Amino acid sequence: MEENLLFDAIERYRNGQMDEKEKLFFEELKKNNPEIDQVVAEHSFFLAELERMSEQKKLRHNLNEVENKLINEGVISGEKGKTKSKLIYLWNRYQRTIAVAAAIACIVSLSTALSISKYSESKKAAVITPLVDHKLTQFEYKLNEIEHKLNDAATAPVKPKFEANFRATGFLVDRKGYLITNAHVVQNAKNLIVENKKGEQFYAEQVYLNPATDLAILKIADTSFKPVNELPYTFPKSAAELAEPIFTLGYPREEVVYGEGYLSAKSGYYGDTTSYQISISANPGNSGGPVINKNGEVIGIISSKETNADGVVFAIKSENIYDALKEVKKEKDISIKTPTVNTLKGLDRVKQIKKLEDFVYKVKGN
Amino acid sequence: MKTIEQEELLLKGLAANDADAIETIYRDNFLAIKTFIIKNNGYTDDALDVFQEAMIVLFEKAKSGSFTLTCQLQTFLYSICRRLWLKKLQKQNRFNPSIETIEEIVPVDDEIEYHEKKNNDFLFMESALRKIGEPCKSLLEAFYLEKKSMPEIADFFGYTNADNAKTQKYKCLVRLKKIFFAQYKNKD
Repeated sequence: MEENLLFDAIERYRNGQMDEKEKLFFEELKKNNPEIDQVVAEHSFFLAELERMSEQKKLRHNLNEVENKLINEGVISGEKGKTKSKLIYLWNRYQRTIAVAAAIACIVSLSTALSISKYSESKKAAVITPLVDHKLTQFEYKLNEIEHKLNDAATAPVKPKFEANFRATGFLVDRKGYLITNAHVVQNAKNLIVENKKGEQFYAEQVYLNPATDLAILKIADTSFKPVNELPYTFPKSAAELAEPIFTLGYPREEVVYGEGYLSAKSGYYGDTTSYQISISANPGNSGGPVINKNGEVIGIISSKETNADGVVFAIKSENIYDALKEVKKEKDISIKTPTVNTLKGLDRVKQIKKLEDFVYKVKGN
Repeated sequence: MKTIEQEELLLKGLAANDADAIETIYRDNFLAIKTFIIKNNGYTDDALDVFQEAMIVLFEKAKSGSFTLTCQLQTFLYSICRRLWLKKLQKQNRFNPSIETIEEIVPVDDEIEYHEKKNNDFLFMESALRKIGEPCKSLLEAFYLEKKSMPEIADFFGYTNADNAKTQKYKCLVRLKKIFFAQYKNKD
């Protein structure tokens, strides 16, 4: 039997197109001829594959039709490709990083009222904890009130009762009342109050907010505020060096707290070149504090710490401030002048702090 | 939630390539899959791909006739998609934390393995068909896939008679088989 006739027979056999007699003959033929049987098996397999492919093609066609229909109806919700929302994307990233951290060490959160949804929007999210203190306890609050009553009686103008739910640090960048702090500190705040070492409180408003660099600029908007003396610190012209000793002032407590350490890496979290890694003791409330070198130059702004490692703190490089200032000038036509004369250089640390502490503010809000 | 009878009916519809059944399955299940994929480092596009592949697995199953649902259709689809996505992630060597599962799953490794093997065969057939070129490809498709008769084909392709068309078809078939089996045997 010629091959083409055999193929033909196989196809008719498979399709049930043979009459009884022919069918029996064909089956007999297969049985007695292993060679023919093999050809039958092979050709049947081939035909089955061909049919399968055809069916799958039809199926895929139908699947695509249905898909398109549902996409048009919005059931699948979206233009193909870029459908994943930024928030979900960041949330994913956040989750992923959490998983890494969990693999290395268990996560210890140092900030209590840290709302994840709030920080997942910022690139500083993940295993790093923004150093805002959301944990103003009842006790502290009471203490606060008493303190303020005393202060109010003594110096400061009377302020309406203000219940803050977070506390962080900020410092003056211009004597006219412009302060630098972190974006994550103030971005969701409705009301902001800054308080100096003497306990004087002033209302402040945002003039600049950049969650990407995590920088914010506040302006003291209170009429009771009078421009302060010339700022004693300056901003460096060159990048900071590894191992450089540094120190900070901040408000992890109601009282100003001094901390010192060193620059441990020239980049921040995951190689983020816009920040430094520093080794210093920082706690919730330190966010927004200045990182100052021994010459009295502000090299950075404390922003966050790695939750699962000790003493790994990140500070935004102060050069980012210049961009922020440019932006403010452009957007709001506000000209902020950074200090040019450094009066801290050469002083011992105690004297430096004495001069410095008047310019570091507590930032509170709700 | 669908009853078992309704789900059986959907499967029958799917096996018959019925667009309505396909649409219902999409509507009932796609969003859960999408949520899962997006939660695990994917995009909507990935979800569409994975879901389509899972539908093909389900289709093959439904066609085989021997398939009875031992769990809810939704669970089966979810399990297939989860497995497929996990494999895809591993393949891309993307960073892959323990994949997050939000729903019940059933073991589907056999199904996936079978599907992957068969999917390769599918690709072999497609590429073999492409390789034989025209008019062979159209000729064979007309006969084997569109089930046209030889006189129809002779008429359409401009052969003088059905016998000529048949001879031509035979030559094409031999070539196609040769290419297909060459690939098929080389695959290991």
